[in-house]
Amino acid sequence: MSTKAKEILAITIIVIFCLIFYIRKVNGGEGILFSSLVAWLVIGAMVLSLVWILILTIRGRLISRRVVFIYVGIALALPLFMPFTQRIPISPEVRALYNSVETLKPGSKVLISFDFDPPSAPELQPMAESFIRLCFERDLKVIIMGLWPQGPQQANMALEKVLSDEKMKVKNLQYGEDYVNLGFQTGNEFVIQRMGSSFESMFPTDYRGTAYDSLPLVRNVKNFSNIDYSFNLSAGFPGSVEWVQIAVDRYGVQLGLGNTAVQAPQMYTYLNAGQITGILGGMNGGAEFEFLCKYKGKATKFMLSQSFAHMIVIAFIIIGNVAFFLGGRKSALKKS
Amino acid sequence: MEHFALWLAAFLTLGIISFLYKDNAWYKLTEAIFVGLSAGYWFVTLFWDNFYGKFWIGKGEHAYLYVGAFLGLLMLLRLIPKIGWISRWPLSFIVGATSGLWLINYFSSNIMKQVQATIFPLFSSQYGAGFDAGAATVIGNLVIFLGTFTGLVYFFFSKEHKGAFGYTAKVGIWVIMITFGASFGYTVMSRMSLFIGRIDFLLSDWLGMIL
Repeated sequence: MSTKAKEILAITIIVIFCLIFYIRKVNGGEGILFSSLVAWLVIGAMVLSLVWILILTIRGRLISRRVVFIYVGIALALPLFMPFTQRIPISPEVRALYNSVETLKPGSKVLISFDFDPPSAPELQPMAESFIRLCFERDLKVIIMGLWPQGPQQANMALEKVLSDEKMKVKNLQYGEDYVNLGFQTGNEFVIQRMGSSFESMFPTDYRGTAYDSLPLVRNVKNFSNIDYSFNLSAGFPGSVEWVQIAVDRYGVQLGLGNTAVQAPQMYTYLNAGQITGILGGMNGGAEFEFLCKYKGKATKFMLSQSFAHMIVIAFIIIGNVAFFLGGRKSALKKS
Repeated sequence: MEHFALWLAAFLTLGIISFLYKDNAWYKLTEAIFVGLSAGYWFVTLFWDNFYGKFWIGKGEHAYLYVGAFLGLLMLLRLIPKIGWISRWPLSFIVGATSGLWLINYFSSNIMKQVQATIFPLFSSQYGAGFDAGAATVIGNLVIFLGTFTGLVYFFFSKEHKGAFGYTAKVGIWVIMITFGASFGYTVMSRMSLFIGRIDFLLSDWLGMIL
C-alpha cells in the first residue's frame, strides 16, 4: 500500500471514529471513565512500551520523532479518562496571594485586568474563575478591565460560569453594584499610566456602553488610590511587567499576578523584591489556587495530564541521552 | 449552527495538529485562516477603538489629537517610496517617547528594586534581628547572594577568566544555565497546558468522551 493510500485510510478511520462518538454525544451518551484497574493497566502498558523503546535505543535502533509526539499526545489525553486525583502541594507564592485576598475587608474594591486572549485561556481562565469566585465569596467588589481586546470577553465567560453556581445565585450579585466590566482600552502601558490620574478618562463607558458615572460601583473610583487590591492575568505584553512598573512602583498598588508558565520565571524577581504579593504560575499555580479556594476547576482536572506528559518528556530525555552516549554520536561530535 | 461551529473548530484544531505528522495543505490552510483572521480582527479593533473611538469622537474636544493623527498620517507615507523617508519623523517621535518612558520604569523597577532586593542580612530574618534566621532562609539567602555575585562576575569581561576569577565565573555560568533550564521547563509546561486545552476541546466539547 502506498503512503498516500495509508494516509487516506488513516483519515477515514479517524473521521468514522469521530462521527460515531459525535452521534453518541448528540443522542445523550455519557463520557467515559476508566476503572482503576484499567487505568493501571494502561499506565503499565505505557511504561513497558517505554522500556521497549529504551532497549531498542540501546541496540542502536532510533525511533522517529512522530513516536515522541504520539506518546506526548497519549500522555495528555488518557489521564482525562482516569479516576485518579493528584496531590497538589501549595507553594508559598500562591498561599501569599490567597492570604492577601483573605485579609481584604468585605466591600473592598478589587481591580482585575484580563490581559490575555483565547490561546492562553487553558492556563489563565481557570485562575480567572477561581479568583472571581473567591472575591464574590468574600463579598469583594470586582472591577474588570482589559489591555488585550479579547480580555473582557474572557472575563464575561468567567463571570458567566461563576454566577451560574448555586452558591453565587443566592448572593443575588448585581452588575454595576457588585461587579462591573469596563471593557478594553487601547494604548498598552499608557492606559495604566493614565488610570493613575483618572479611570474615567480611559473608560468613559463600560463594556455594555453605560456611562462610567452611571455605574454605582465605580462612580467614586477616581484612580488607583480608590482600589484596595489588583490582580493581573497576563499572557505577555502589555501585562504583568507594565502593571508592576507603573501601577505598583509608581502608584503603590497592591498587586497579585496570574501568569502563563512561560512568563512566570520572569516574575519571580518581582516577588523576591516584594513588588507583588503573590503569583500563580501556569496551570500548576491555578490548580494550587483552586485547592486553596476549595474548588475543583479545570486546572485541577488537567494537572494529572500535565504530570503524565512531564513524565513522558523526562523518559524521552533519558532515552535521547542513552542514544547520544551509546550511539557513538558523542565521539563523532568530538571528532568534528 | 452549534454543530457547524463545533465541527469547524475541530477541523481547524486538527489542521494545526496535523503539522506534527508533516507539513501539508490542511495545515497551511488553517495557518492562513488564523493569520488572516488575526490581522483582520486587529485592524477592525484598532480602527474602531483608536481612530474612531479616540480621534474621531474626541477631536472636537481635544485639538491636540490632530497632532497624533497627523503623525499617523506621515507614517503611512512609507507606502509612497519617493517620500517614504518622511515616515521616519513619527517613528523617531515614537522611539523617543517610548524609550523616555521605559528608561525610568525599567531603571526603577528592574534595576534599583532588584539591586535593593539582593542587599539583605544573610543570617537574619530582618535588619538588626541578630542570627535568628532558619536554615532554609539562610540557604535561600546564600543562593541569591552567591548566584547574583557569580553571575555578575561571568559578565565582567575586562579581566581574563582565569584562576579564582575564572572559577567564580564558571559557577556564574552554571547559575545562569540553571535559570535558563527552569525557564525552559516552565515553557514546556506552558505548551503542554495549551495542548491539554485543545485535547479537552476535542474529546470533551466536540466528542463528549470525557465526563
